Formats: sequence, C-alpha cells, structure tokens
Amino acid sequence: MERVPILKIGGVLLVSIQIDLHDQSVLALQEDLAERISATGAHGVVIDISAVEIVDSFIGRMFATIASISRLFDADTVVVGMRPAVAITLVELGLTLGGVRTALDLERGMRILRVLGQESGRIPAGDPTGLEWS
Amino acid sequence: MAGEAGHVHRLTELLRENADVLIGRWVESAAASTRGRSTSAELERDFRELFTAVLPVASGDGRDLSGNGYAEIRSLLEELSRTRARQNFSPAETASSVFALKEPVFQLVDEQNDQDLFRQVLGFSSLLDALGLWTFESYSRARESIIKEQSEQLLELTTPVVKLWEGVLAVPLVGTLDSARTQVVMEKLLEALVETGSEHAIIDITGVLAVDTQVAQHLLKTVVAARLMGAECTISGIRPQIAQTIVALGIEFGDIATKATLADALRHALRREGVDVVRRGDGVKR
Repeated sequence: MERVPILKIGGVLLVSIQIDLHDQSVLALQEDLAERISATGAHGVVIDISAVEIVDSFIGRMFATIASISRLFDADTVVVGMRPAVAITLVELGLTLGGVRTALDLERGMRILRVLGQESGRIPAGDPTGLEWS
Repeated sequence: MAGEAGHVHRLTELLRENADVLIGRWVESAAASTRGRSTSAELERDFRELFTAVLPVASGDGRDLSGNGYAEIRSLLEELSRTRARQNFSPAETASSVFALKEPVFQLVDEQNDQDLFRQVLGFSSLLDALGLWTFESYSRARESIIKEQSEQLLELTTPVVKLWEGVLAVPLVGTLDSARTQVVMEKLLEALVETGSEHAIIDITGVLAVDTQVAQHLLKTVVAARLMGAECTISGIRPQIAQTIVALGIEFGDIATKATLADALRHALRREGVDVVRRGDGVKR
C-alpha cells in the first residue's frame, strides 16, 4: 500500500496527494496525520489535491474527517488546488465540505493559515511568516 | 437494373424524348407549392439536373435506393433537401416537388395507350415514391444538423467569462437557463478561476428571464463548487419579479452573497480583495 507523505514546513503540515487514493491509504493517512499533528503541535494542515483527478464520496468525507481531527488538536485545515471537475463531482455527490477551508493554490492556502494562526495567537508575534515557529 | 436485357426501356426512351415538355409541366406544378420562395428559373435548373440523373435509373423501382446505381440522384436530392431546409421549406413541400413529376409522366403515358408502358410506369412511380421519401429523410437530417450547430453556437456565444478586475471574474447570463447551459457555465467559470487564479466570481442574472427551483439549484451548485475550489461567488442582478418568485418558491440562498446589481457585487468583491474605491476630494471630472 502506498502511503501519502506528510511534510512539515514550520508550524504547517503539508499533505500533497500525488497518488490514486484507495480507501486503505485514506485511512492510513488519517492515522499518520493525527500522530504528526500531535507530535509536532502544528497549527495548520494543508491538503494539496491539485494532482487528484478522481474522487468518490469516501475521499470527499476524508477532508471533513481530517478537518475534525485537526480541530481537536487546535489546528486549521485548508484544502488547496481542487480541480473544477473534482469540485463539480463533490457538489453532485452532495458533499459541501462544511467546516473545511479551501484555497485556489498552495500559496493562498499558506496565507490563510498564517492569518488564522496570527488571529488566534497560535503564531507568536515575532514570527510574521508563521514558518520559523515550530 | 435494365428492364429486359438487350431491350431498350421504353419508358426511359419516352422520357428522354419528351424531356423539355415534362420538365416544363413539372416546374409548373411544383412552382404552385413553393409560393415564390424559389423562382421558376431556379426550379427548372434544379429539376433539369434531377431529371437527367433520373433517366439512367428510370427502369429501376427504387427498392435498392442505397445501391451504387442511385448514388448520383441521391446526392442531388440531398443537396436539394439541404438548401430547402435552410430556406424554411417544410419537408412535405420538399418531397412533393419530387412527387410532382408523376402527374406529367402519367399524362404522357396515358396519351400513348400502350400496355407495356403502363407496367413500366408503375415501377417508375414506386421509384419516385422512394426518391420522395429519401428527400424527406435527408431533409430531417439536414434540419437536425442545423439545429445541432445552432444550439452549439448558442452555448458558446452566451456564456462568456469576463475579467472585471485583478482576481474578479464575472459571468453575465442572458436568456433561459437549463441544465445543459448551466453545466457549461459552471465548467467554464471554474476553469477560468483556476486559469486566472481569481478568488472572486460574480454570476450576473440580470438577463435571465425566469428562475425556477431547478435553475436556482444549478446556481447554488456552481457557487458551492467555486467555494470548494477556494473562490467566493456572488450572485447579482436579481430583478424584483425574480426576487418575489424566489421567495414564493421558498428557495434559500443560505450564506451565499446576493447583490442587486453587478456594480454592488463588484464593490463587494473589491472590498473582500482589500481594494477600496474612493471618490477624489474635489469631485471634478478629469
């Protein structure tokens, strides 16, 4: 089974999905991510799905599940780079990802996390980018 | 296809000898039904061509119309049907131009009083029936292709995505919204959002004549899909009657921003982008 790598950039965990997701790898990703957030105390999670072309309802629910898990560790989740076809599919499936933030690309997603982190005080005032903090 | 091997097909001979008279009468009887949309000269040119193409196959009865022998007459009739379809002739009018040849031929054969000819003219009559039906078929094919072309053009034409500002796109919708069109709008808008990296989209429905639950559903889906991609969608240009309909139908737009005019929506988008529009202090036009 392929595992999705989780990269740490400062206080942000980056999950870039480059493989075809199967139900098993989704479950593994959720477990791995929970452990990494807990271990690193990250304030944000970015899920980059710009390479994902096919989604089903299970993957759709994964975003909401990951967001709920992160929320328990006081971290925000942003899903970035969703393709139009994927967005249309999710809407047709009736999944609106309530509670999950979205952004057009990784850069904008990181900006959102920085603003959220600064507003809630999770990023120290001396770290304007939110990336040095760890 | 030749009636009796070695023999000359009598009817074909008769038709060839009397070509001018027959074409003349044919044009005369067909002209009555074209009601001035084709001139007699045009008809005569078309019919003479058809007549020349019919002669070599006049001994057949048209049962194997899709065969090679009929290729020429088939393509001529297709061409005729296509032009007629574009000139707004009805299919019956088009087919009856072919059937109109029967009367002069019958008349001519009647004058000859010959048993052999009578049998041959029966075969010729069913040939003309087959040809008439062929025009009918090609007419409807031509019509269908015209309709398909037009609806494709309509889809392309009526859904432009325009850039109003850096990071602000707008789709002015005009006319009637149905599932197919909304689908195209949705896809075009979402793709444009990715291409331009815009975080705001405005769907302007000033030109939309009616909004029912289905249309509203489509609009909502578009907005939600844009939101999933990380862009914010505003719906603008809701006219008073449409607002009443929406409320009467009990459609909820939820937390989706709706504005009265495109200008309001643009200002809203700009503010979210962090741009403020202010009037210069002196208020003098330059």
